[in-house]
Amino acid sequence: MNAHAPLPAAADCGVEVRQERGQRAVFCGLTGIVWLHRKIQDAFFLVVGSRTCAHLIQSAAGVMIFAEPRFATAIIDERDLAGIADMNEELDRIVGRLIERRPGIKLLFLVGSCPSEVIKLDLSRAALRLSKSLAPDVRVLNYSGSGIETTFTQGEDACLASLVPELPPAPAEAEAALMVVGALADVVEDQFARIFAELGIPARFLPARRAGEMPPVGRNTRYLLAQPFLTDTARSLEERSAKRLSAPFPLGAEGTTRWLRAAADAFGVDAQHFEAVVAPGQKRARRALAQYQERLSGKRVFFFPDSQLEVPLARFLSREMEAELVEVGTPYLHRAHLSEELELLPSGTIVNEGQSLDDQMDRCRKARPDLTVCGLGLANPLEAEGLSTKWSIELLFTPIQGYDQAGDLAELFCRPLVRRTRLEV
Amino acid sequence: MQLTVWTYEGPPHIGAMRIATAMKGLHYVLHAPQGDTYADLLFTMIERRDARPPVTYTTFQAQDLGRDTAEIFKNAVAQAYERFQPQAMIVGASCTAELIQDDPGGLAKALALPIPVIPLELPAYQKKENWGASETFYRLVRALAGQPVERAPREGRRPVCNVLGPTALGFRHRDDIVEIRKLLDALGIDVNVVAPMGATPADLGRLGAAAFNVVLYPEIARAAAQYLEKTFKQPFTDIVPIGVKATERFVEAVAALAGVDPAPVLAGAPSRLPWYSRSVDSTYLTGKRVFIFGDATHALAAARIAATELAFKVVGIGTYSREFARELRAEAAEHGIEALITDDYLDVEAAIQAAAPELVLGTQMERHIAKRLGVPCAVISAPIHVQDFPARHSPQMGFEGANVLFDTWVHPLMMGLEEHLLGMFREDPEFHDGAAPSHLTRHGSTAIPSPLRRGEEVGVVPPAATEPSGTTPILIAPWAPDAEKELKKIPFFVRGKARANTERFARERQLPLITLETLYDAKAHFGR
Repeated sequence: MNAHAPLPAAADCGVEVRQERGQRAVFCGLTGIVWLHRKIQDAFFLVVGSRTCAHLIQSAAGVMIFAEPRFATAIIDERDLAGIADMNEELDRIVGRLIERRPGIKLLFLVGSCPSEVIKLDLSRAALRLSKSLAPDVRVLNYSGSGIETTFTQGEDACLASLVPELPPAPAEAEAALMVVGALADVVEDQFARIFAELGIPARFLPARRAGEMPPVGRNTRYLLAQPFLTDTARSLEERSAKRLSAPFPLGAEGTTRWLRAAADAFGVDAQHFEAVVAPGQKRARRALAQYQERLSGKRVFFFPDSQLEVPLARFLSREMEAELVEVGTPYLHRAHLSEELELLPSGTIVNEGQSLDDQMDRCRKARPDLTVCGLGLANPLEAEGLSTKWSIELLFTPIQGYDQAGDLAELFCRPLVRRTRLEV
Repeated sequence: MQLTVWTYEGPPHIGAMRIATAMKGLHYVLHAPQGDTYADLLFTMIERRDARPPVTYTTFQAQDLGRDTAEIFKNAVAQAYERFQPQAMIVGASCTAELIQDDPGGLAKALALPIPVIPLELPAYQKKENWGASETFYRLVRALAGQPVERAPREGRRPVCNVLGPTALGFRHRDDIVEIRKLLDALGIDVNVVAPMGATPADLGRLGAAAFNVVLYPEIARAAAQYLEKTFKQPFTDIVPIGVKATERFVEAVAALAGVDPAPVLAGAPSRLPWYSRSVDSTYLTGKRVFIFGDATHALAAARIAATELAFKVVGIGTYSREFARELRAEAAEHGIEALITDDYLDVEAAIQAAAPELVLGTQMERHIAKRLGVPCAVISAPIHVQDFPARHSPQMGFEGANVLFDTWVHPLMMGLEEHLLGMFREDPEFHDGAAPSHLTRHGSTAIPSPLRRGEEVGVVPPAATEPSGTTPILIAPWAPDAEKELKKIPFFVRGKARANTERFARERQLPLITLETLYDAKAHFGR
């Protein structure tokens, strides 16, 4: 999943894509559970892993862990490894106990981790077996969120990709329909649903909020990625004959308009009608953004790799906020899905795929950017060195897509700069 | 396999990181898959450190597994040495790397670096964080303390000791050390080395120069102290000086080892706790039911303070530190109760419900359990969240630590009384019956949740609360209006218990209606 695709032949868009290998300071895909479980309200995520996995989720979930969330870890112990206990029997026992205690669960994900992948515990067979024994009340799927295979948001990709083969088939003669792919905050999803309705485009969202309401898929399905990290999900959808609509991602006023327009064009929406529908949102977004422009204009921004949102965010900052891009790090760059984004980046932008942490920190220190977007492991140490930082995880937990969140998105980048100017101590 | 939502301890390599991060001039190369760097943020965010922990991760990926992860590890060690120029290194594997069976110690040795490189064996599928910290510290001391030397006779110089145990991410370790240094200084004892916090590998080489060792956190430093006792003939004390009495015993023990007089340090009133506790304002603390859970060091100390320095009644005590189960059981026996040794927070929650305490002293997790149950709570032990790495001086140890403990534990109770009085005298909507005490933000419901009626939102129903299926539901007799009215006059923080007791009383006697009389009969029956 992290395999490097070949470099684009002489990047036509004037963007320089570099690749780097070495120590990576990134989350693994298990972290995706923290927002996915809130999106699919009757799903439960059971990680099969080590104490480290449980500790990671606990650290990433912060206080959320105390609200009896719908995720947990089945910790492999030495009895399992020594073969004293049969791991499959153990897993069945744990799942049985879990379902008994949480009767509302309709969809159970067995989530693979580094330990379970390395010992080659066959979770897909376990999922099949458990699906049979728990049918019809609970469906059991599996995917891997391991660090060896997935980086941070790729966990969502793996999760959604595991859902695709289970989606109901759309009848061959069905009208063309739109599927919006990628977990969005409910408020954002509702906004988009209203806009698509006004445009007259029949739209459904993947994932749906309930396991039983996942959208159908077939040769008349056109899908629009709402997130840039959905490589495998897109591939699975293609295998079920759905067709991708190429578009930049719905960040900022421009991104949102282009994203919506890709759908409108595909569904033959009249240009005038499109303008009429999006005009109010666009106007609100521009007005909201205006108050942050001055503060971000000309600011030099450095992105460490984290979520694959970096390229679209950099595009938003450079085009709509007039920021300068020092380096745009991304853990993985899907050339096709990001092609429209790359074209919108200013010529000469350096996009760095992969990471060698200490070298990248050296570059960052040397460049002394005005704002550094990075993970929580680096943020305070860089602040202590006098650099303003914006911690990147917030961009996954905060609603940032669409017209009405454009101002909030800009504000997230402004806040650390404002704070630094206000503090006198 | 074990089903877990919350873990009290991380894996053992987190313990090793706590040692490495506490020290200076030491670097840790951890063979670990991509993603394990999450642990950095425990140090940079929760403890608010201003530098990355001195840890290099190999962060191997699936594509590397077919190739040579051993080579990646060797490169990481070589590069880390090159870049950070540490005095010594520790190398080891996290849980996944343990499975792929590269040999970090052997691989690092092959590089023949000009510094000590200490391999760590931390069995991730058996052991946990505190064990990992203890083992790492022990290995470091073994490797770096050197050979025993003849200590020069004291000849009028001040006696010298080492202080062992404080780590990164330790609960109040930063401030405890300040207090302990003050005490030792007042006793006329010099500190040779404090370790691991603030020590370099070279400092560990000087451990032998001290006459004895002071172990502050036995979970972390007892193993190293035992080694030093055997090899260097350094006796050690591991009386944990948390609480007034314990601090006095600590001062006496340290003074005895150093051959100095403890009397001047103990003279006067070095702590305000005894007077505060004797002042009439504290009378209402007598017999308060307290439930204690945490690591062994803090749980044991808390139990003694609660019982003998604040006159609480200890109704529950437990720990997640299995290594110290014996000590905990002995302490529990003193209070006539059974110790709870578990790392499953659902067991702790069930035990808290069963004990019906009026105050919970515990970890971050017990804070949330108590919040859910509407019981006052104070934090006494790791794991803790960011607010328990305060900016202000806030030790647990020594005489100042005792002052801090008095304030911290009594505060939530005092607030409870305050709220009750305000509620009794004012019909102000802010203070109405269902309003939560200001220090407790409760989820959802505005009413005080009766411990017996919580459930749905909690989701995982503890076995104790599940009614056996197939039997008729237990009928609760209705309350007569005057009895219901009277119940509301009972302070809210014991009202839930009064209601439950009365209903149980009525049920057992199959009374058709709960009257005013039933309420008081039940009160007389159950007593306090």
